Amino acid sequence: MSSTTLSSISSQAGALSKTRHVTAQNVLMAQRSERYSSSGIWVGVFAITMSFAAFTSALFVREGTGDWTHLALPQVLYLNTLLLLASSGTLEIARHRLSKEEGTRKASGWVLVTLLLGLAFCVGQYRAWLDLRAQGVFLATNPNSSFFYLLTFLHALHVCIGVAVLVYLAGRLLASHTTFRLGLFRNTVVYWHFMTVLWVYLLLLCRMKL
Amino acid sequence: MQEGSLEQAHVHAPPQGFIRKYIFSLDHKVIGKQYYALALVAVFTGMILSWLMRIHMVWPEAKLPFLEWFSKNGAPGGIITPEYYLSLLTMHGTLMVFFVLTNAPFAAFGNYFLPIQIGAEDMAFPRFNMMSFWTTFLAWVVLMLAFVIPDGPPIAGWTAYAPLSAVGRDAGPGMQWGASLWGLSIAIFCVGSLLGALNFIATTLDLRAKGMTLMRMPLSSWAWFITSCIALLAFAVLLPACILLILDRHAGTSFYIPAGLVISDRLQPHSGGSPLLWQHLFWFFGHPEVYIAILPSMGIVSHILVNSMRKPLLSARVVIYSMMSIGFLSYMVWGHHMFLSGMNPMSALAFSFPTLTITIPATVLTLMWLGSLYGAKIQINSASLFALGFISMFVSGGVSGFFLAQPSIDIYLHATYFVVGHFHMVMGVASLFGVFAGTYFWFPKMTGRMMNESLGKLHFWLTFVGTYCIFMPFHYLGLIGNVRRYQSFVDDFMAPYLGWHKFMTIAALITGASQFIFLFNLIYSRFKGKPAPENPWNATSLEWSIPSPPPWNNFGAKHPIVYHDPYQYGVKGSKGDFVMQDSPEQVVSASGD
Repeated sequence: MSSTTLSSISSQAGALSKTRHVTAQNVLMAQRSERYSSSGIWVGVFAITMSFAAFTSALFVREGTGDWTHLALPQVLYLNTLLLLASSGTLEIARHRLSKEEGTRKASGWVLVTLLLGLAFCVGQYRAWLDLRAQGVFLATNPNSSFFYLLTFLHALHVCIGVAVLVYLAGRLLASHTTFRLGLFRNTVVYWHFMTVLWVYLLLLCRMKL
Repeated sequence: MQEGSLEQAHVHAPPQGFIRKYIFSLDHKVIGKQYYALALVAVFTGMILSWLMRIHMVWPEAKLPFLEWFSKNGAPGGIITPEYYLSLLTMHGTLMVFFVLTNAPFAAFGNYFLPIQIGAEDMAFPRFNMMSFWTTFLAWVVLMLAFVIPDGPPIAGWTAYAPLSAVGRDAGPGMQWGASLWGLSIAIFCVGSLLGALNFIATTLDLRAKGMTLMRMPLSSWAWFITSCIALLAFAVLLPACILLILDRHAGTSFYIPAGLVISDRLQPHSGGSPLLWQHLFWFFGHPEVYIAILPSMGIVSHILVNSMRKPLLSARVVIYSMMSIGFLSYMVWGHHMFLSGMNPMSALAFSFPTLTITIPATVLTLMWLGSLYGAKIQINSASLFALGFISMFVSGGVSGFFLAQPSIDIYLHATYFVVGHFHMVMGVASLFGVFAGTYFWFPKMTGRMMNESLGKLHFWLTFVGTYCIFMPFHYLGLIGNVRRYQSFVDDFMAPYLGWHKFMTIAALITGASQFIFLFNLIYSRFKGKPAPENPWNATSLEWSIPSPPPWNNFGAKHPIVYHDPYQYGVKGSKGDFVMQDSPEQVVSASGD
């Protein structure tokens, strides 16, 4: 983290200390908690990237063994993509509102919209699985469908974790301002955008390879 | 940013109550001890399994009545069946690699000492830390369940090669539910290790005390940091591999199982999968795993050697860069486990070259230790003996790696006892020597009591000599053509060498028994040992600047400020021939210049 950001955190913490009886030591700890949170999430993003890279290489290897057939992707996936892209946008608005010191009520509204869009995405993915099932395409039908179900399920699972954290954060935001965990919120924003990017990647992968 | 409260103003509050203090503790020191205890249970279990295998191999008719009680199918009449031998082998390997060699040097000591050595109050994410231990514990429970289910433990070995590991019941006893438990256990273990690695990296990057630049971190902390970077990549790949395996076993998919496969006279209802895919994914994890086991021990040993030599290493920087290059290269060599698996022969060359290249940083490391030892007046105690023993094991076991790295020689040596001897010495025993050294060195800090030195030295000599007696013959038998994973020798050509096997078994029994000296020393010293002062070894790093054992928040209310690197030995300091990292005094070299 750059020194300017650090000093801004320090001055913010200093301003807080007048109103909330924060000792100098707590200010130091606040800087630290802000700092470690930021690199932890990137390490996590890296680990998830690595896992999906492993799945991708497995897909390429499996593609080369012969019984690979084309899968008609359900149309609802494109709508889901729009939903997830929109959710990234609304979360970005929420982040902006919070850092602009506008009312938290507005920000919490945008967080709620984001998590609803995330939930809608998950429901949409479920709909895509139902569509495939209706065509008689199941997990074990062929390698393409195996990868499709697996990748979309694991991604949706990650989105659900994001939704759960957003529910928690929205609750804290609505309940009281003082206990809001800004560091966790910032990390969730990174995680959420990463989920959007990951989904766009997976969709392209499925379109090109499955 | 009005809403931005000072979250986690303290990393966590002092623990209250028994459960918060000792079971679901957020304290990295308690979690480190929990990892150590789990590793201790696993290592003795694994050792007893190896005893059973060695006994069965040389006295196949020996009746072990308690085994019949333990497993009716596996040892009817107390005699181990060939399949049960493979079950024992699988469990031995899995317990040792995952729950001992990953847990003890990395997770246990790393958890306990990384935050203290860099001057932090705790890990970056204490809750994740607690979760990572309990996830690992759950993985251990799931694995051990394989012993008690009627199906028994799997027989696929710790590498669980597909397609036999993926087809279920037809592949033999233990392959229906035992292998499923194995896959599930390893998948859970991956999650725990990923959480742990994430924590280690974030802690090292962000929680260092003022003045603790990266280059001022002790070598042990450097090793844990590099290891956590390797672990993050490795376990992130093993987890998908295990998920695909579980799906093949239970959801009817065909990731690893080829078409037209007939096992036990039954055509397997799968199509088109690639058995090599498992090997690629597994060894992409599996080879870095070797370095996950050995790198922390390298760091611990360097840390201890500097202290016992009372002088710095020739170059700490070179040690750090060597460990980094080992970590980096460890990702380019996985194919050397697969020279005979049916890859394109050209790719063998591509994997052989980086494998031989990795011996360069390994050799540089060894020369750094030996060169620094030259002319040093080393203080001999249990910790430094095991540190020296580590170098011996690392060199003796590592040299055979030169042979195995070459595809043409590996054709002959593949899957023989030569390989088994190689990795047991260089990865297994060497890494454990690092753990022993670390235990003797840090026990005073962890418990506030000294370990018994005489027992420690006895333990060292029995283990050191015993290890060579066990594993050197492995190399010779491998050269003769003794194939691994066979429970007995039906061919006459091995008959003249049965004497060697008997010798190895007796050596294993004695060496194993001498580990109980260590266990006794550990328990006895915990309660009756001499009280330890704050800094019994006159060491420089931060863990020795706080009471033994450390308080729950490590440094109390103060935040340490670091002025020096941890190699200020052989100088004129106010306390003796060393200056501690957090001491603001000027360093004057002992010779006065």
